[in-house]
Amino acid sequence: MSLNLFQLLNGLTFAALLFIVASGFTLIFGLLRIVNLAHGALYLFGGLVGYSTVKLTGSFLIGALASMAFVAILGVALDKGLLRFVRGAELRQVLLTLGVAFLLNDIALVIWGGDTYTVPVPEALMGAMRVGSVFYPKYRMFVLGLGVFVFIALWLLINHTRLGALIRAGVDDPETTEAMGINIRMVFLGTFMLGASLAGLGGAVGGAFLTLHPGADAEILVFSLAVVIIGGRGSLVGAATGALLVGLLNSIGQVVFPELAYFIIFGPMALILAFRPLGLFGRTA
Amino acid sequence: MSMLGSLSASNLDSPRSRKGLLLSLALGALALVILPMILPGYQISIVTQILIFALLAMSIDVLAGYAGRTSLGHGAIFGLSTYVAIYWSTTMGGHIWVGLLLGIVAATILAAIFAILAIRTSGVYFLLLTLALGMIVWGVCQRWTSVTGGENGMRGAGRPAFLIDHAHFYFAVLLIIIPVTWSLWRLVHSPFGWALRGIRDSESRMRSLGYNVQLHLFIAFVLSGFYAGIAGALYAVFNDFVSPSTVQLSLSVSGLLMAITGGIGTLLGSFVGAAAITSLENIVSIFTERWPSVLGLTFIFIMIFAPEGIVGRVQLLLARKHQQS
Repeated sequence: MSLNLFQLLNGLTFAALLFIVASGFTLIFGLLRIVNLAHGALYLFGGLVGYSTVKLTGSFLIGALASMAFVAILGVALDKGLLRFVRGAELRQVLLTLGVAFLLNDIALVIWGGDTYTVPVPEALMGAMRVGSVFYPKYRMFVLGLGVFVFIALWLLINHTRLGALIRAGVDDPETTEAMGINIRMVFLGTFMLGASLAGLGGAVGGAFLTLHPGADAEILVFSLAVVIIGGRGSLVGAATGALLVGLLNSIGQVVFPELAYFIIFGPMALILAFRPLGLFGRTA
Repeated sequence: MSMLGSLSASNLDSPRSRKGLLLSLALGALALVILPMILPGYQISIVTQILIFALLAMSIDVLAGYAGRTSLGHGAIFGLSTYVAIYWSTTMGGHIWVGLLLGIVAATILAAIFAILAIRTSGVYFLLLTLALGMIVWGVCQRWTSVTGGENGMRGAGRPAFLIDHAHFYFAVLLIIIPVTWSLWRLVHSPFGWALRGIRDSESRMRSLGYNVQLHLFIAFVLSGFYAGIAGALYAVFNDFVSPSTVQLSLSVSGLLMAITGGIGTLLGSFVGAAAITSLENIVSIFTERWPSVLGLTFIFIMIFAPEGIVGRVQLLLARKHQQS
């Protein structure tokens, strides 16, 4: 029984990380209609920047902030520098971000080499704490809390602020929003930065309990894709539901079929697609 | 719909462009026969590789260019065929030819599974879904160490004796590729192929005309997977080694890039695209180990400046000239 609680916590904390990464992905997908396949690469890059910053400054907080800031700037460069040439052409945008993903991963390989890194955990979060009947790493509980915090913060931002109202208006009808004197491009850019910075945050936070290595970007990308495909484009609640499903199934899968755990996320994805091709909370464009 | 396919200029059926097509085909075939006689062994194996990847690119083009469904999962279908062929001939100790057939069958079945899940979607969703499905295959190949050998991969049993010579193997591949290409050509120019174009341009129109859109897409996907499977099986003999890198995303991406570079919806453009990308890879790797960077940059460059591809661009220019005269 205690093993089960341990697995449950593993699943929940992984789900929290997935939510942080996938919420950024789904925000950009939902509002800008851009499927940013460089999101995984942004995660890895953010994690590595976070690692180097923590090593340099000794502060996990500064490391995480540096990851977010750096990746947000990368996001701006991607949007303003490259994606503006292919606006409106959905498929060309996706394939372009794919090219960017290859480029970023290769640059990461040049700078950091092919080694495996783990972002150092701050001292206050080291060790284990008692959760119910098991001892569980404090840090992973922190990630769980952070995931919940990000969910609440994003939910409040989208539903209860002016910026959130602009974002929602932009999703529903960008032309009318623009006609009302809103600079929709700035809203789009801001959302892109926010979404990208969430990938950076995910990299720094995830890099401390999953490892950062070449290929980590692809792993997190496929999990994020599964989350967004299950949850539906642009939906926060969908991303949270998808993250919980994928996170829990992944940790159950690792116990039951260790070698085929990857395969387990295939099940719910297939089922949901069979009945709701746009995902649980997806809406037609 | 903002599909890549809408960029294709497939007006190959006017008599005049047909003559041009036949001429360039004859020249291309002549080059393919003469090349191995003048090239050294290593270069012959590169041309062999170009043929195999051209087939993969054509299989992607059938869906992307004609049905308007861009897949990023074909690397997995291709790679599964390679895995099965090598697993059969080494671990199971079976005959390589049976292994190749089993590989093609496995790839076709995998394509059918992908198809059932993916045909209800279109556009970016289709792309994402095939990407995710392909990556699941990659994940399984990587982690299911007891069967796939994990990261270390599996070594094949060696080519049959009469195929060890580079030139012999090249001609064997060419002998398979030519009729396969012909059948693909017939496929996209059959009534079925025209129905696919109709679906690409307007699904609702085709539906109201009484076409079973889902069934057409399903068959197109399965056939496309079958051809990708042939390419994967040939690759098993060519490479004699398989590892997760054979099923990983970059292979799907390379295949798609070749189809796009040649020209989506031109089918034979895939040969041009495969030749361009494979040569680029071989030339670049003389100077630098940064091939993924070059691949990424090429992708970005083509998406921004030349999404219609080489053959597509030539067709557009010819069509314009034709209009003026």
